[in-house]
Amino acid sequence: MDRRLDEGDAALTTSPNRLPRWLLVALVAPPGLFALVFYAAPVLTLLARALTPGALADTLGDSDTWRVVWFTTWQAVLSTVLTIVVGLAPAYVCARYRFAGRRLLVGLLTGVFVLPTVVMGAAMLAVLPDSMERTVWAILAAHVLFNLAVVVRVVGAVWEHLPRELEHAAATLGASRRQVARHVTLPLLRPAIGAAGAIVFVFTFTSFGVVRILGGSGRTTVEVEVWRQATQLDGIDVAAVLTVVQLLLVGGAVAWSLWIQRRHRTTLALLTSADRQRPRTARQRVLVAATAAATALVVLIPLGAMFARSLRTPDGYSLAAWTDMGETEIRPGVRLGLDPTEAMLNSLRAAGLATLLAVVIGGLAALAIHSAGRHGRLLDAGLMLPLGTSAVTIGFGMLITFDVDPIDWRASPLLVPIGHALIAVPFVVRTTLGVLAAIDPRLREAAATLGATPTRAWAAVTLPTLWRPLAVGAGLAGAISLGEFGATSFLSRRDTETMPLAIEQLLGRTGSVLQAQGYALAVILAATTVALVVLGELVRDRARRP
Amino acid sequence: MLDVRDVTVRFDGAAVLDDVSLHVADGEIVGLLGPSGSGKSTLLRVVAGLQVVDAGTVALDGHDVTPMPTHRRSVGLVFQDAQLFPHRDVAGNIAFGLQMARWPSPRSDARVTEMLGLVGLAGFERRAIATLSGGERTRVALARSLAPSPAVLLLDEPLTGLDRALRDRLADELSTILRAAGTTSLMVTHDPAEAETICDRVIEMGTLGRDDAE
Repeated sequence: MDRRLDEGDAALTTSPNRLPRWLLVALVAPPGLFALVFYAAPVLTLLARALTPGALADTLGDSDTWRVVWFTTWQAVLSTVLTIVVGLAPAYVCARYRFAGRRLLVGLLTGVFVLPTVVMGAAMLAVLPDSMERTVWAILAAHVLFNLAVVVRVVGAVWEHLPRELEHAAATLGASRRQVARHVTLPLLRPAIGAAGAIVFVFTFTSFGVVRILGGSGRTTVEVEVWRQATQLDGIDVAAVLTVVQLLLVGGAVAWSLWIQRRHRTTLALLTSADRQRPRTARQRVLVAATAAATALVVLIPLGAMFARSLRTPDGYSLAAWTDMGETEIRPGVRLGLDPTEAMLNSLRAAGLATLLAVVIGGLAALAIHSAGRHGRLLDAGLMLPLGTSAVTIGFGMLITFDVDPIDWRASPLLVPIGHALIAVPFVVRTTLGVLAAIDPRLREAAATLGATPTRAWAAVTLPTLWRPLAVGAGLAGAISLGEFGATSFLSRRDTETMPLAIEQLLGRTGSVLQAQGYALAVILAATTVALVVLGELVRDRARRP
Repeated sequence: MLDVRDVTVRFDGAAVLDDVSLHVADGEIVGLLGPSGSGKSTLLRVVAGLQVVDAGTVALDGHDVTPMPTHRRSVGLVFQDAQLFPHRDVAGNIAFGLQMARWPSPRSDARVTEMLGLVGLAGFERRAIATLSGGERTRVALARSLAPSPAVLLLDEPLTGLDRALRDRLADELSTILRAAGTTSLMVTHDPAEAETICDRVIEMGTLGRDDAE
């Protein structure tokens, strides 16, 4: 099987055994329309709004714009550098050594990576002393913690397959440990470090949830400024131009990193299986134990602090925030216009709908991409685009596209789940396509020789493999929807706030039981998200077992 | 001059090397023969300092180097599959050891040219590693190890993996090159004919005990 994983199945499209046209149309049409209406139209509306001389001149001529762009850029660069510096130690230890708890540590970091952004913001808010709570340091710390998994997994994947012999060769040529690292190991890891850095840069440049919670005036990223302009200040045009500026900057950064990676490509004969050794010398044992313990603590302490803060009320430690979750009285008779228990129900409703939509659209799309040849590849590209578009852009685009009379879809409670589904579909498609590509075409050929029509053969061979990847995709879609904050900030209406929105509002109520409720809600959201992702991974691992 | 005395190495309790002694005189080329698993590669790694001994000592030119890390021992090691640095070109690989020893670059460049001439690859300085054939890789690895003039050169089945005709030709060349360089050498192989061609003296791994110490 040397076919590329995501390539369509040629026999389905070209041979006389191809699937009937009506079936292909039925597969392509729903996801195609979905992408056109809810992705292409909003993005085009946004561009049309931004690319007018007036809007451009007003926004680009304003020094505030460049202050925001400048802050966004330097905090992203610094976050990226810090994440790599901090992440190399655990990456090294996890890639090079075999020790008890190694998989647990990598799993823990990955778990943090899938946490909703507001939860990460909440954890930082909980752990830092009051004087550091809403500072750039808090933002940087949250970004580093969030993205450690990227460095540990991306760099680690190369590191664990790097021939030890190359380092030994350098040592026999007189290179000290430090010189081996500088002249051999780091240069060989550079492409992987660059790739990890590019990912972290894009994530931190487009950071929204973390900055909404930990930022403040003067510490605003482009994403947050788009939201502020669009929803708080009525500056739709400014927000549209900022979105385009961000798109260009992120696109430029990604293109630059790809170019650099291409230029520095070396053909490196990696080992076929990971080369990990038990720490032998006392020095190695101390290094491994200290690094693993420090990494685990750095991750667990903020999460623990979040839980501790959910128990801290103005009247001392109690379970009040958990037991009286719906009680939102600010002063006698005055209530917060928001109900945490209601928010949980809203989140569940939105997640249920979004998951259903993402699974149906994503499943059809995967089948279409797999069996519709050229049109399938076009669809593939079209559905992957939302992955490269920030959630804020998607939410903002939908907001300004669907608020026109006579169809004011903004009032529709469906807009939030649709936005979530759009973000989740690429994940469902990727999970499903991998499985479809692994089906042996000879199975369908066997069915054909036994007298099955192309449609029957397809239905008998291809369809039964779908449920497992779709279950994994559903878990991911649910987790994405529950934690989604960027698009929801634009699309949610009053009284239908989801958990992330409620958490953001409650955390702002310093020194009250409401803030404790915010932390409690963040704990619930974190646990649910991680549980869904772990469940998906379990289903996937089971599928891999022979 | 290389002196290995009473070396024992155990892996998980089982002795791979049990009280092994070996002496290689200045300029001598010694072949170590033996089936796989007989510990011959482990012995090379002990001399290079890549394997910690459970007992015994290693001495180079009369100095005990047992506690010394690899990079201070002045040993050259030619690996079975060359292990050239893929991010450096041919000259960059050969100059690596010279760079570590802080040779000034004009001297280093001259040495690289000299080494390339010695192994028959004159003009290969700027070639990328990925473009080299198997035989060329072996030669570059040899040049890289010889460049800093190590006290002892270790060769770990350097010709394994090449085709028969090339092996025979390279074995002859290797013999000439090692003698031209005059370096004390210890080569591991499982091919008796190869050992005969290249080495002054051949030792069977199984027979290596106390009595071999000279």
